[in-house]
Amino acid sequence: MSLLNAIETEAQPQIEAAGVRKRRRHVLDLDDFSQQEILEVLESAEGMSEVLHRDIKKVPALRGRVVVTLFYEASTRTRISFEEAGKILSADVINMSASGSSTEKGESLLNTGLTIQAMGVDIIVIRHPHSGAPYLLAQHLDRVGIINAGDGIHAHPTQALLDLYTVREKLGRLEGLKVVIVGDVLHSRVARSNIWGFTKMGAQVVLCGPSTLLPLDMLRPRGDDDENDPLASVQVETNLDRALEGADVVMALRLQAERQNGGFLPSMREYIRRWQVTEARLSRANPEALVMHPGPMNEGIEISSTLAHGGRSVIERQVTNGVAIRMALLYHLSAGGE
Amino acid sequence: MADRQIMNDQDIRRALARVAHEILERNRGVEDLVIVGIHTRGVHLARRLASNLSEFEGSEVPVADLDINLYRDDVKSRMSPRIRPTRMPVDIQGKKVVLVDDVLFTGRTVRAAMDALNDFGRPQQVQLAILLDRGHRELPIRADYVGQNVPTAPDEVVRVRLVETDGIDEVAIVRVEE
Repeated sequence: MSLLNAIETEAQPQIEAAGVRKRRRHVLDLDDFSQQEILEVLESAEGMSEVLHRDIKKVPALRGRVVVTLFYEASTRTRISFEEAGKILSADVINMSASGSSTEKGESLLNTGLTIQAMGVDIIVIRHPHSGAPYLLAQHLDRVGIINAGDGIHAHPTQALLDLYTVREKLGRLEGLKVVIVGDVLHSRVARSNIWGFTKMGAQVVLCGPSTLLPLDMLRPRGDDDENDPLASVQVETNLDRALEGADVVMALRLQAERQNGGFLPSMREYIRRWQVTEARLSRANPEALVMHPGPMNEGIEISSTLAHGGRSVIERQVTNGVAIRMALLYHLSAGGE
Repeated sequence: MADRQIMNDQDIRRALARVAHEILERNRGVEDLVIVGIHTRGVHLARRLASNLSEFEGSEVPVADLDINLYRDDVKSRMSPRIRPTRMPVDIQGKKVVLVDDVLFTGRTVRAAMDALNDFGRPQQVQLAILLDRGHRELPIRADYVGQNVPTAPDEVVRVRLVETDGIDEVAIVRVEE
């Protein structure tokens, strides 16, 4: 069973009763988002983006709400972007990292969550090295909304949404695009959530990298319902030149040095030679193809420096859009009735 | 459930023409005027009013779009509404702003709109133009220009449809049965 569906959840099903959708409480992954709901978040983020570009970047929407960012793993852009998003919306944002907290005294994740809930916090944004950690909180906390800011190698839904937003902003659509995700897909929560997101929006996803770093089991047919299974359309191609043929979006993934102990690569030199995304290789893609990277980048390994900072790169734009998307999600979880 | 039509397309056209004349009369022309429509239908009404104004007066009037959902005081009690981009093409500092919306009801939307305007500058004056005033105010707010006053019951729903969003110009009262 692949990691994509290995974690069974009680995440809120989207109940369509009398045209009213039940309010979403958690954002754990994109698997339980409908195409319509993804679109709503992307459209709200456009409105949020306007607020980001004002002289006075402050609106009162979430006044009196408390958001805790609970990070058990290092992060620059995700944590700061959640903090900025919350503050622009007038929520009170409290940052907590594992080091310096009671985690060092041995407090369990669940007890930390219950403690935070007891303080009357409205939303917990959690990043954790273990896949599934946000689901544990979502199952056991009944008064707090949980947003997954990255769990192990499983999911990173807010990154996927900002990637969808960036592509839609630059190319005007998502449907029918060819999206090539290159590199260490096996260890990439960004890739997993993006596969859900892009396929749900009707894009063609191609995974590319050394076969040792591709989650081949993920693409095995999973049941009788293949026609409605968005993952059934995902393709795999180990040859980067072939994968890039006619691509509209090329997303390079970080080669995760901290997860490479299993002898996945013969050598870094070979990886660079065969899978680094370079200007020369990009000539096979569409002339307007976008170059993306979720960051942090290893320039000169998975992506060449000239390309990362070149005219087709939207990597900085991804960071800016990340704030707008997180504003839209914080608002999305807070707005709405009982 | 019977729909009761209040205004048809001709009524709406005449009301907007009259309101445009009232705006001109009160402000003695279009100098320093900015028409600000509140999403969604207020935006379309604002465009129509502005085009009336420039037609009657022969000079262009700037139009802005305002989304007020981030300024509401009842975020928790509403289904997540879509946030639409606010577009403020001119500086409203020192200008005479005419806020435009379709229905004036509790007044909370207008209060939120005034808060939102404040974040963009300090207008010399803010006026309010409304297609339909249905009463039941919860705040001390009144409209300067009214297309039509219609007494309603609080549980009635006023449905405004405009060609731009709904393919037809019509205002109707719809009684929702539980």
